[in-house]
Amino acid sequence: MTAPIKELERVVVRFAGDSGDGMQATGDRFVEATAVFGNDLSTLPDFPAEIRAPAGTLAGVSSFQVHFSDHDILTPGDSPNVLVTMNPAGLKANLRDVQKGSIIIANSDTFTQGNLEKAGFESNPLEDGSLEGYQLYPIPMTSLTVEALKDSGVGKKDAERAKNMFALGVMSWLFHRPTDTTAGSIRKRFAKLPEEVIEANIAAFKAGINFGETTELFISSFSVKPASLKPGRYRNISGNAALAWGLIAAAHQAKLPLFYAGYPITPASDVLHELARYKHFGVRTFQAEDEIAAAGAVVGAAFSGNLSVTCTSGPGVDLKSETMGLAVSMELPLLIVDVQRGGPSTGLPTKTEQSDLLLAMYGRHGEAPMPIVAASTPADCFWAAIEAARIALKYRTPVFLMSDGFLANGSEPWLIPSIEDLPDIWVSFATEMNHDGEFWPFLRDQETLARPWAIPGTPGLQHRIGGLEKADGTGNISYDPDNHEKMTRLRAAKVAGIAKDIPDVEVDDPDGADLLVVGWGSTWGPIGAGVRRVRARGKKVAWAHLRHVNPFPRNFGKVLRSYRKVLVPEMNMGHLVKMIRAEFLVDAKPYNKVQGLPFKAAEVEAMLLELIDD
Amino acid sequence: MTESNGNKSEGNGHIEDAAAGTVAVQLTRKDFASDQEIRWCPGCGDYAVLAAVQGLMPELGVPREKIVFVSGIGCSSRFPYYMNTYGLHGIHGRAPALASGIALTRPDLQVWVVTGDGDALSIGGNHFIHTIRRNVNLKILLFNNEVYGLTKGQYSPTSRQGMITKSTPMGSLDRSFNPISLALGSEATFVARTLDVDRKHISEVLRAAASHKGSAMIEIYQNCNVFNDGAFDILTSKGGRAENQIRLVHGEKVIFGENKDKGIVFENGEAKIASISEVGEDRIAVHDAHREDPSWAFALSRLSQNPTGPTPMGVFRQVEAATYDDQMNQQLAAAQTKLGQGDLASLLNSGDTWEAPERRGSDAPVYAGPERRGRQPGE
Repeated sequence: MTAPIKELERVVVRFAGDSGDGMQATGDRFVEATAVFGNDLSTLPDFPAEIRAPAGTLAGVSSFQVHFSDHDILTPGDSPNVLVTMNPAGLKANLRDVQKGSIIIANSDTFTQGNLEKAGFESNPLEDGSLEGYQLYPIPMTSLTVEALKDSGVGKKDAERAKNMFALGVMSWLFHRPTDTTAGSIRKRFAKLPEEVIEANIAAFKAGINFGETTELFISSFSVKPASLKPGRYRNISGNAALAWGLIAAAHQAKLPLFYAGYPITPASDVLHELARYKHFGVRTFQAEDEIAAAGAVVGAAFSGNLSVTCTSGPGVDLKSETMGLAVSMELPLLIVDVQRGGPSTGLPTKTEQSDLLLAMYGRHGEAPMPIVAASTPADCFWAAIEAARIALKYRTPVFLMSDGFLANGSEPWLIPSIEDLPDIWVSFATEMNHDGEFWPFLRDQETLARPWAIPGTPGLQHRIGGLEKADGTGNISYDPDNHEKMTRLRAAKVAGIAKDIPDVEVDDPDGADLLVVGWGSTWGPIGAGVRRVRARGKKVAWAHLRHVNPFPRNFGKVLRSYRKVLVPEMNMGHLVKMIRAEFLVDAKPYNKVQGLPFKAAEVEAMLLELIDD
Repeated sequence: MTESNGNKSEGNGHIEDAAAGTVAVQLTRKDFASDQEIRWCPGCGDYAVLAAVQGLMPELGVPREKIVFVSGIGCSSRFPYYMNTYGLHGIHGRAPALASGIALTRPDLQVWVVTGDGDALSIGGNHFIHTIRRNVNLKILLFNNEVYGLTKGQYSPTSRQGMITKSTPMGSLDRSFNPISLALGSEATFVARTLDVDRKHISEVLRAAASHKGSAMIEIYQNCNVFNDGAFDILTSKGGRAENQIRLVHGEKVIFGENKDKGIVFENGEAKIASISEVGEDRIAVHDAHREDPSWAFALSRLSQNPTGPTPMGVFRQVEAATYDDQMNQQLAAAQTKLGQGDLASLLNSGDTWEAPERRGSDAPVYAGPERRGRQPGE
């Protein structure tokens, strides 16, 4: 007999296990099926920096959380309704996030004396009653998988390794995921492996489905109907992929070749990997000898007429600082992408943080202002990349594009735009003399203050520029005191003037609130969810979220001053809040979290409620 | 927003169009001199190198607009300002990285790097070796004066051990780099050494470098008459020139000395100076710059560390190898042949996609924040 089906509006599932258990791959397969099924979704991969930490230890636990729903959602969810754990360490590391009443599915084969000790359990939690209050389902997944694959032709080791696909099968049955999609996706993921291994993984997946179907272990299964998103064609996309595609689209819209130089660094490397696949788009990717060389090559490529981009994380930004100063001084268009992670130093390489904002803002010697554009969701990385490129090209300036680990590895459904919807960001090269039969490389456009972009190869416009101060207009070396002050002010005015060319910050304030919550970057989802919860309680809160952090939108000061209380949640120790206080003398309050994890909706909600009632 | 794009009226946005219209004309040395006042110290060896480079340029037949000089920081790095070509005066040590960005994306340009012993071998050592290893199509002029000039006289990575400077009052402890050995160890395809004051030799070496496809490293001994005067006197003085300059000419026996009485023999993997009367002319080695194996060139480079005695001058090694930039362009072409010219719309619609139907009469509030993600906020 089949268990009854319970309909749910939204579910949070977390897969947890050893780094070697394939939890990220399992989560990815589940997400693909969920996306194609038409749910809205948001994901949070969380994995250690070590490729393979000692098996069975807490340090080696890798997890993947997905929140899916029949309506529009903003976050990967606060706490899992279902925790699937492949070993005791996965249970130990994740239990604190699981509320009583939730489902825990555990691979009971791994709850051996040795593994329990490694995870720090004194007795077996599957048997000692400590998990009372949870809906506990111990399933011997390893042995069931090995049994199911005994005639498959793969060895015991390969069979055991397929246990994650068994778990995926159980979950697919439990939530009525489309199984054909998953089988196809397993085939694609393991395409490079021998045919019998691929077949074994699919067989293990199907064994998991059959297990759910035939045993009467589960009281019910669940369905989550497709979400009613804005009509159109969707695909699921991660932040790093969206960012890479945004760069390709920006180059297309600027009619420029894309040059990308980088050095391997977590969590930014996937942008390099992704772009390296698109050589047929004319994309040149260059893995340089270090972060400095990547930045240098990008300056050279910008000088010679490319849409030029380097992408890194905090430690790499430090190393590129001097080169950014050169780009500011030479007034060349290029992008510095910072996929932020926990710092300082090596810090938390695989975890998220927003602690590079002041670095992006001020982290260069001399007066070296740079515009800053921030992406707010994984799919939004696509649009943020195009906007950053637009500003860089139009104003001939290096631009910071801020992402973070949460956006980079997280994913969500993306409404695929048509090419006609993309902005035209084309700018022209200089081809003519511009001053009495001479070419002056620093003769500025009166409106934008941008200088002409004359690329090598252009007859008659030969010019020499560099990091030394340049005379206004001619661009010749100048140590003149007044000229230096003038050029410093011009460079600042050029960046400040971008405020005229960006939209006002929108305020979401349907009820006329006293409290304004202000965010930037990836806190968009958690703040939005927190705001929604507060309003559901009948309380008032206003919300503004910044896409442009430097310069600020022109109405930002007015917006801030029109609220009695301002709260700025950030995954750092208070960067934007300092900028707001310094710039506008507004008594904005910080709300900080630096755990390498995004805010939970409940955390934001609690903080907002506290301030509202204050 | 498209109307207000800066400088749109100036011309075209395509590299090919902007760079079109190049006409080959007969130019002279003067055509390569910029209008900038030269600010090196009087008597500096850099003047001679500049004159040699400007003198060579017309015969190469490359239009000025197709040439880019890139430099780092140091006295020699002012060089680009004095050339009427495109020029980029970069930051300390990074010239090879800056130049790589130009060379990799613009195969139509001839790119020269001007650097010094501090710039290339100390702060920029990493870029120097890796650029050479990749065989990026660049000509690297390494002005070696064995001292930091611009910062007023500290010892450099090529200074002789024990050098007394302001930063080393009891003598420097560093052992010196041999730039030729270093370049050879970095898999260089073209390595040469010449001297600022020898106009004929420097022109020959630069001419050979200019025709080389790939990274060409030319070490130029250059006298700093303020902080390290006479460092190369042993090679330039009367008598010293013939006695101490071992001229390397491909295909010829390596013979030197006022009376052509000394030569190089190759023995047990080492190059050694021998008296021809003692060993006989038959044993004197013939210079083969085209040998695939770099051992011969390396052995020659070990004959002298700093020029304190007989020192090989000329092209040590000149071999053909695929350049990084050519191979990068070949990969792009191969990808286009295999997959067709990339189409943005197809890319965006690739992978698993699905169609979301018309909204079911939802009255969800429309949020106008991060636009275009096609979503409104919900829990």
